[in-house]
Amino acid sequence: MQISKIIEKLNLEIIAGYDKTKEDNKAEGVFICDLLSLVMAKSRSLDIWITIQTHVNVIAVASLMELSAIIIAEDMEIDEDTIVKADEVNVPLFKSKLSAYELASKLSELGV
Amino acid sequence: MDDKSGVINLEYEVIRYDFSKAGQASSEIKKVLKQLGINSNIVRKVAIATYEAEMNIAIHSLGGRIIVTITESNINISALDYGPGIENIKLAMEEGFSTAPNNIRELGFGAGMGLPNMKRCSDVFEICSKKNKGTKVDMKISLN
Ligand SMILES: Nc1ncnc2c1ncn2[C@@H]1O[C@H](COP(=O)(O)OP(=O)(O)OP(=O)(O)O)[C@@H](O)[C@H]1O
Ligand SMILES: [Mg+2]
Repeated sequence: MQISKIIEKLNLEIIAGYDKTKEDNKAEGVFICDLLSLVMAKSRSLDIWITIQTHVNVIAVASLMELSAIIIAEDMEIDEDTIVKADEVNVPLFKSKLSAYELASKLSELGV
Repeated sequence: MDDKSGVINLEYEVIRYDFSKAGQASSEIKKVLKQLGINSNIVRKVAIATYEAEMNIAIHSLGGRIIVTITESNINISALDYGPGIENIKLAMEEGFSTAPNNIRELGFGAGMGLPNMKRCSDVFEICSKKNKGTKVDMKISLN
């Protein structure tokens, strides 16, 4: 599913790294985890990653694993470093007030 | 980077607790491999192995370096540091074993999966460590 559609349906706040005028990337799965080396071990490329980790390292992980986007759940505050890095390496970074479970349920309803 | 007889060498310094660089070495290595047109599955394995090595040096050691050598047939990764070494390598290699302190765990590290990830991604994996000396991890990923 197109990222633009997911932003709209889940009412995500766009934080950084996303340019809607550019080619719209696809998300092909969902991965929920707050432990970075588990994400390194188990995520698949083009997964959307739902986490409450907001440290700059999440951007490195998403970029290395070629994830389609990061959604920060629970309205967690995001480090400024993280926002700058997401823009620098073009990792779409979104935020939501919803829990990881609620976000995943909605993504599941959308067929992601 | 230098290029003698088709061999490429990359070398990166990793500084203790320098998270602001956040995976810079592994990101740059990945970029070079992509530019060389290397198969994406192999790029992914190298990215995982170098990232975990980089983080372990930054978190658990006094600092060190990552050296990558790309030949026609292999990618060789060496991660070495200046100490303090690993007391029990067998234990350190177990999934879930971690000595990461709480402030580091809060950042999402400390699953105890880094070394197992490195091993899983390598065709040849060797680790040697001396208490109070340092640790050296050698990984070989075949290009064929
Ligand atoms: N370069 C190193 N120097 C000293 N100790 C190390 C080094 N690398 C790993 N260790 C030790 O081995 C343990 C296991 O490492 P591993 O990478 O598997 O897990 P972790 O770094 O603790 O957590 P994770 O990688 O999942 O975030 C570490 O907690 C640490 O005690
Ligand atoms: Mg580790």
